[in-house]
Amino acid sequence: MRKLPVFLGLHASPSTSLKWVLAVIPFILLIMVYLVASDIRHRSNPSDKLLPTVSKMYTAINKAAFEENARTGQYQLWNDTASSLKRIGIGLGAAAICGLFCGLNLGLLPGIKNLFLPFTTFISIIPPLAILPIMFILFGVDELAKIVLIFIGTFPLITRDIYLTVKKIPREQIIKSLTLGASPFSVTYLIILPQIMPRLIDTVRISMGPAWLFLIASEAIAATSGLGYRIFLVRRYLAMDTIIPYVLWIVFIGITVDWGLRKIVQTKYRWYLEY
Amino acid sequence: MIEKLREKSILFLHDVYKQYGDKVVLDDIDLAVAPGEIVTVVGPSGCGKTTLLRMILGQEFPTSGQMLINGNPVGLADSTRGIVYQKYSLFPHLNVLDNVLTGPKLSLPFFERGRHKQQLTDEAMYYLRKVNLAEHSNKFPHELSGGMRQRVAIAQSLIMKPKIILMDEPFGALDPGTRENMQVFLLELWEEFKMTFFFVTHDLEEAVFLGTRILVLSQYYTDDRGNGAGIPRGAKIVCDHALPKEAQSTSVKATQKFAELIQRIRKAGFDPEYQQHAKDFDLSHSDSFRTLREDQYTGN
Ligand SMILES: Nc1ncnc2c1ncn2[C@@H]1O[C@H](COP(=O)(O)OP(=O)(O)O)[C@@H](O)[C@H]1O
Repeated sequence: MRKLPVFLGLHASPSTSLKWVLAVIPFILLIMVYLVASDIRHRSNPSDKLLPTVSKMYTAINKAAFEENARTGQYQLWNDTASSLKRIGIGLGAAAICGLFCGLNLGLLPGIKNLFLPFTTFISIIPPLAILPIMFILFGVDELAKIVLIFIGTFPLITRDIYLTVKKIPREQIIKSLTLGASPFSVTYLIILPQIMPRLIDTVRISMGPAWLFLIASEAIAATSGLGYRIFLVRRYLAMDTIIPYVLWIVFIGITVDWGLRKIVQTKYRWYLEY
Repeated sequence: MIEKLREKSILFLHDVYKQYGDKVVLDDIDLAVAPGEIVTVVGPSGCGKTTLLRMILGQEFPTSGQMLINGNPVGLADSTRGIVYQKYSLFPHLNVLDNVLTGPKLSLPFFERGRHKQQLTDEAMYYLRKVNLAEHSNKFPHELSGGMRQRVAIAQSLIMKPKIILMDEPFGALDPGTRENMQVFLLELWEEFKMTFFFVTHDLEEAVFLGTRILVLSQYYTDDRGNGAGIPRGAKIVCDHALPKEAQSTSVKATQKFAELIQRIRKAGFDPEYQQHAKDFDLSHSDSFRTLREDQYTGN
């Protein structure tokens, strides 16, 4: 028998352990390049700010996470994280619930579809950042404007995706439900809704990216706390030793949430993955 | 005569036409079905079998004509009719038991569903035993074979005790062995429950084996409207007769009589060259009737 190549070519079939090694290589390369570059810069200038050493970053993040801020009496990193997560949670959560409800009705009721689909398309094309000033004018520079921005940035996408998912459900399922004595209300909320829940979770996962974008953009402009706010604040002092750990922290949060949502689908909606 | 049929039939169609735009699909269908029959419907592809089934189901509406189920006009799909499709009959997010339970649950007012749970579950399990699936009640549709899925779909309809169960090529996607088992299985269920089936298939052998009555729907016929291209002619019932139903064994499929019957039906309905005149249709079933329209059959 011919042996398949382990790495090169169309038919490559790496072993499980090799897969892990391959996945890790780019990360190691990046870290090594950084360490070397940082080292070179520090040799010529020990107080270099652009590529801080690991120990500088450690000190900075340790201070942010575990030392009470003398002026505010708060733990800065946790405070920032809580502010940001609250905004993204409310904004994206509201978008998910509204998107689910709107998409469901758009997909099932032709009248509603004709009334609102063009409008939804129009809304979804507006670049949310372009109307950010309008939000600040309308809703002030407090929490509401940021939450509304995240909502507006993700709601049309979620609605559209749910709408398309509902459209794809075979007509047979609806007729079948009716022959089983279902009312239109039951068809919508007891037959179709449970079928699109896993898709909603997937859509929310995909919307996490845009949601972070809008969060950080609005925090950068006007805020008193938040991960995005902090990054843009310390940028003035070229505090890369804070910015880099903050970015890594955001990545970590993102991965964790994504993983959690995926796990929910895998455990609660096994039929969805096989269907 | 027609009035009597109208009263005693479970399904009654009178002068039913169906057009899509200018295209006539079904052309003056008259049909009366008595309770307890297995009516099988065959015909060349595209003749309008599915359209007829959908109209009875309430998924489509006739352009003109009268359609009654148990004496009441046919409306939107509801629990007077059951349906088993070739695919998509089952709810993918529910296990087998919940699929069968869906109907009984939805038929109860919302707040009573919890109270009757045990009783409903017992009933659902009874039907699952009837379709030999009791031990699979916790599986999801994607974990079942094609034949098992169709048996769940049948149980799902049976439990609602509809006036008539419509089946749209229910065994069309199954492999030949499973298909034959399902045919025998359906006949056994029918023996026990004596419900009425309206069974659409493109497989003549299946139709003759299963039915107590066969309808052949075909656009290959002629009548006194002439043969010009401009004549909007749709499919009619060109053949309607009772089928013997003494044996349930698939061995009848090998007999001479069975083969001859199939030959005859194939010629009457499936051969574009063989243009039978409307007045010569074999409509020998005792419930068969036809209200003739002057312009179609009189004259020369
Ligand atoms: N929604 C529709 N619009 C227009 N024509 C249709 C529609 N549905 C079915 N038809 C036409 O009606 C005819 C009968 O279709 P169908 O009932 O599916 O046939 P069968 O089930 O016998 O194969 C076909 O010629 C098809 O093109």
